[in-house]
Amino acid sequence: MIKDITLGQYFPGNSPIHRLDPRSKLVLVFALLIIIFLCQNFFSLALITVFSVVCVLLSRIPFKTMMKGLKTIVFVILLTSILQIFYNHEGTILWQWHKIQITTGGVSMAIFITVRIICLIFVSSLLTYTTSPTLLTDGIERLLKPLKKIHIEPHTLAMMMTIALRFIPTLIEEVDHIMAAQKARGADLESGNLIKRAKALIPILIPLFVNSFRRAYDLAYAMECRCYRGGDGRTRMRIMKLSGVDFAAYAVCALLLAGVIVLNICFEAVI
Amino acid sequence: MNKEIMIQIQNVTYAYEGDEEGSKLSPVLQNLSLDIYRGEFLAILGHNGSGKSTLTRLCNAMAQPDSGKVYVDGMDTADEKLEYDIREKVGVVMQNPDNQIVATIVEEDVAFGPENLGVEPSEIRRRVDSALRRVGMYEYRNHEPHKLSGGQKQRVAIAGVLAMQTECIILDEPTAMLDPQGRREVMQTIHELNREMGITVVLITHFMEEAVQADRVAVMDEGQILLLGPPREVFAHRQVLLDSGLDIPQSAKLADRLQQLGICLPGDILTPDDFVSSFRAYREGKR
Ligand SMILES: Nc1ncnc2c1ncn2[C@@H]1O[C@H](COP(=O)(O)OP(=O)(O)OP(=O)(O)O)[C@@H](O)[C@H]1O
Ligand SMILES: [Mg+2]
Repeated sequence: MIKDITLGQYFPGNSPIHRLDPRSKLVLVFALLIIIFLCQNFFSLALITVFSVVCVLLSRIPFKTMMKGLKTIVFVILLTSILQIFYNHEGTILWQWHKIQITTGGVSMAIFITVRIICLIFVSSLLTYTTSPTLLTDGIERLLKPLKKIHIEPHTLAMMMTIALRFIPTLIEEVDHIMAAQKARGADLESGNLIKRAKALIPILIPLFVNSFRRAYDLAYAMECRCYRGGDGRTRMRIMKLSGVDFAAYAVCALLLAGVIVLNICFEAVI
Repeated sequence: MNKEIMIQIQNVTYAYEGDEEGSKLSPVLQNLSLDIYRGEFLAILGHNGSGKSTLTRLCNAMAQPDSGKVYVDGMDTADEKLEYDIREKVGVVMQNPDNQIVATIVEEDVAFGPENLGVEPSEIRRRVDSALRRVGMYEYRNHEPHKLSGGQKQRVAIAGVLAMQTECIILDEPTAMLDPQGRREVMQTIHELNREMGITVVLITHFMEEAVQADRVAVMDEGQILLLGPPREVFAHRQVLLDSGLDIPQSAKLADRLQQLGICLPGDILTPDDFVSSFRAYREGKR
């Protein structure tokens, strides 16, 4: 059951989006998030929405999968929309009951924010859907190289992320085993109130921690046996090189930014 | 066999540090000497806590002897400058396959060693592909390690050592956590490496059947080498082995039992094949 969780949520493929250099993808996604926040009216928002949808189509990730990604934050979307509807009192009144009123301004704000959140989710989940975790950490490591100047070791950060990703499935499996073992000894993990159930977790967490330390010790030994000595003097098997697709993507995003700015200037802001 | 020495262990004594600063526990290895020849297949037997894993740590410069010397291909392991040169020569595969795989993709993990050594990217690619082919895991190069079977994981770990182009591999109970199928895969792989690539193999094991297939067997007890020699010589000392808490191969045991019942099979019996041929000879004789 727990084992079924897939992590990183990577869907292998060979689309233009998949083929982008991971560094480009990181930079562009970051830029797109900013561009999405720059949108001030429905025209620029429409541009961004069309762009996001085109990206999803290009990546050949099924829309159903994208929607599943939305499911987890449906609550956040609903909450912000409702708050907008009731607290925004601009425009003409559509419906009123005592002090509570719904206005056109409120409704359009709610729509605006919902669309914006959906765009944000689409763009950022495309990053993890189309990039393998290894490439992603590699990309982060190479992008953060300049941090070396202020004595932050990007290699160490990337190595930590890699090891964490590598061991998550292993630890999940281990939790399964420990839970089975504790149940076999009569541990009751399912009944009782929240506090009782939280307490029942202790006999699972303690063995998990102890074992993790053992694993860490073993892993450190194995890494040292394989001549690991930090990032200095280390080479990488994979060579990262920007290609035509990357330059095209940068150009498209630059145009998009220009488009959003122009539309913001030409039309009245709603936010 | 040529008698060039790969690892030379001379009168080594080693004790782990105690909890208090500077204190030492009672020695795990005592005045131990052992020569490991280039290209040989050496099996090391010994009960739990007899110091086998500790010996491994001394052979790849993860620990230095308190007294005595360890030389790897002529390099002194006590010389800190040579630490990484030594580890490049002597690779280690451990018992638990889960705890020695570093990366999230098989080929990335195999590349880990050569990357640490600063090898050129194109050369790493070549080494990784050839190492994965060698252990028969090439088709799995893009898989996630946690989805492989135990035997497959262990072969990936072996490929990781191969990609560093080590001359000697020490395997510390590599089959202890595997099922018979995985155990066969791993044993076959390490025998191939030894035979076809001339890699020196040191196999620490609790399975007598695995030890029987080695060129030489060393038996450790209380931090010393109790017996050393070809399997037939070592397993002839049945009482010594049993006294030090070890077993003897199944086939030998069966032959012994038959002997007690008055059925004397001819010859030295160590493997099932020995047993079968010996039993045939016995039946022929009866007729
Ligand atoms: N890090 C350590 N600190 C202190 N003592 C240790 C340490 N590691 C091992 N020992 C002790 O050293 C002795 C030898 O351990 P070692 O692991 O070398 O045995 P082994 O022959 O590999 O046993 P096994 O067959 O169980 O793997 C044991 O008594 C053990 O308790
Ligand atoms: Mg051991």
